[in-house]
Amino acid sequence: MKIKNLTMTLAAVGLVVAAQSSFAGSTLDAVKKKGSVSCGVSTGLAGFSQKDEKGNWSGLDVDVCRSVAAAVLGDATKVQFKPLTAKERFLALQSGEIDILSRNTTWTHTRDTSLGLNFAGVIYYDGAGFMVSKKLGVKSATELDGANACIQAGTSTELAIADYFRENKMSYKAITFDTSDQTRAGFESGRCDFLVSDQSQLYALRIGLKDPSAAVVLPEVISKEPLGPVVRQNDDEWFNVVKWVVNASIEGEFQGVTSVNAKDLKANGKPGQKRLLGTEGDLGEKLGLPADWAYQAIKQVGNYSESFERNVGQGSPLKIARGLNAQWNKGGILYSPAMR
Amino acid sequence: MFSKKTTEQIKFETRPSNLGAKSFYNNPKYRAWIYQSFLFIFLIGFFYSIISNTLDNMSAQGIKSGFSFLNTSAGFDVLMSLLPFQTTDSYLKVFTIGILNTILVSIIGIIFSTLLGFIFGIAYFSRNYLIKKIAIIYVEIFRNIPVILQVIFWYTVFNALPIARESLNLGDTIFLNVTGLYLPMLVGESGSGFVYTAIAVAIVSIFLVRRWATKRQEKTGEQFPILWISLGLLFGLPLLVLLVSGVPFHFDYPALKGFNFRGGITVIPELISLAIALSIYTGAFIAEAVRAGIQSVPSGQTEAARSLGLKESKIMSLIVVPQSMRVITPMLNSEYQSLVKNTTIATAIGYPELFTVFAGSVLNQVGQAVEIMFMTLVIYFCINMTISFVMNRFNKRSELTTR
Repeated sequence: MKIKNLTMTLAAVGLVVAAQSSFAGSTLDAVKKKGSVSCGVSTGLAGFSQKDEKGNWSGLDVDVCRSVAAAVLGDATKVQFKPLTAKERFLALQSGEIDILSRNTTWTHTRDTSLGLNFAGVIYYDGAGFMVSKKLGVKSATELDGANACIQAGTSTELAIADYFRENKMSYKAITFDTSDQTRAGFESGRCDFLVSDQSQLYALRIGLKDPSAAVVLPEVISKEPLGPVVRQNDDEWFNVVKWVVNASIEGEFQGVTSVNAKDLKANGKPGQKRLLGTEGDLGEKLGLPADWAYQAIKQVGNYSESFERNVGQGSPLKIARGLNAQWNKGGILYSPAMR
Repeated sequence: MFSKKTTEQIKFETRPSNLGAKSFYNNPKYRAWIYQSFLFIFLIGFFYSIISNTLDNMSAQGIKSGFSFLNTSAGFDVLMSLLPFQTTDSYLKVFTIGILNTILVSIIGIIFSTLLGFIFGIAYFSRNYLIKKIAIIYVEIFRNIPVILQVIFWYTVFNALPIARESLNLGDTIFLNVTGLYLPMLVGESGSGFVYTAIAVAIVSIFLVRRWATKRQEKTGEQFPILWISLGLLFGLPLLVLLVSGVPFHFDYPALKGFNFRGGITVIPELISLAIALSIYTGAFIAEAVRAGIQSVPSGQTEAARSLGLKESKIMSLIVVPQSMRVITPMLNSEYQSLVKNTTIATAIGYPELFTVFAGSVLNQVGQAVEIMFMTLVIYFCINMTISFVMNRFNKRSELTTR
């Protein structure tokens, strides 16, 4: 912990000392030069960014960075992951320690406008919710008056819960923790009566409990939490790259391009598929990337649907339904701008 | 005539003679001034360039700067606050609450670590084998374990307590569970003002009596049972007023309502764990300081006191401890300062002191790292300078008066 705080302070000092020129519009060149993408992820959150026992990172957030690495460098493995707490994440990006922040981060007005950062899209539409112990017999969040809440410090959830309780004229006590593991431990020990977090995280945290069946996730969703990757402001080149790699993965699903059929469709696909995969048009060149940027990303990492199902959906222990995160023509709100 | 110059001669030759610009430059007093002002200008320029560079870089990156954020409403809850707090209050209020929580845990820590330190430091000189060994073991164990581990250890102990509905219960007045310690609170009714006044009067009169007793002893050598009189005043007078005024007090007992206990005083486990860990840890260092202080008093002093026929307990309190204070006080000063700095470890368990709540939660919501870190450093600096000031004053009093 002490070391992390030190890192934060050093990052703040770095911000003071770092010359401005090192930031202006050169992230893409810097990434190409060093041959890897530095990616800020969580300290461990099932489904989004998690390290297995062999040290390999996986998750929906991780796949964003892998796709970018595949698109820019042609190799999805060329990513350096930096685990960050919620408190450290923006400073790490501002100071140039990482190239992309892909750490279940909510896109909010304040963050977008005052931190010198840009949100490059939404990869998961989430909302804050509650998890309570079954023993309490609580059926709805409106019964939580006077209860203690376990929250991760420095998240937008911290604000969402305050609004919700004020709206409903209820009181609560916020017990904040640095990491999601600590938050879960606080909930398990009974220090707090319920845990507030993004719904997706609640499922992930519930799996980590000693007895997952002893806890229930309440039906209420109390806030909008659109999660997405973040880059530094004033670097439109890199901003475009990350934004369109995210869009390519969504468009890939829409056009039916998967990691399995990408090679075939690249040669024999429909015009739209060929344009996406780089056999027609010059989409890659306009981004300053190789022509096969989206092909590499989809071939090596998969389209949005593959990534979703593998990490948080039916192919994962979380088994989260697509819901809002389905394509716009299938009941969700995922919609990639036109790929042309 | 190349004999060595005497000191007087050298002094005479280097003495400034008021003979024009050259000698002005040679005057050590003016020269010192010139060097000092060069250094001063350099330092101002240095800090100016750092600050203006920072601001330029930040605005170039599109990061907001300035202190206007302090007036915006925080929008999140703080676990523990000595002032009434709502989520709509400003970041400035959160800052104040953080400072107060830091000061609270520091004061608790300083009181208990001093007590522990003096008890174990003096116990080291006990002739009782067991007591002496306990003092040594205490120091060696707690001095050698990182304080962050000790904080987490006590917090884990707390987390193993039963949940609110199955609290440990002492006579339905005091409750202990994983969410904290619940104590009854004394609430004053109308007329309670007399009792408070009585307490104040008792304290003032104790001071006066003590002063009178010391003077009398210096003059006549007669001793006065000062301890018993003081205790009698401190408890007797308020008790008398309490009974006369018809006991204008009642207790507000904590009771389980809904999820948690309401009413009474709530002491959160984060505060207890942090206070215990810091007191025990710093206490071990203070015990060593006390031991060093006592050992610095020559054994002749003890022997002289014995030969005068003083009791062993009196020798410690009248002869040895007062003389050892001049060694102990400077060390106490730095131990207290370390304790204040160590309160930042609270971030590991979420006690809402300045560092956790302001340089943590607020920094995250606002994102203005430079301003927030600066404000936080200034506060720790001020707290520690205050401690230093008080301890130096105290040290002046215990210093050896040399003739």
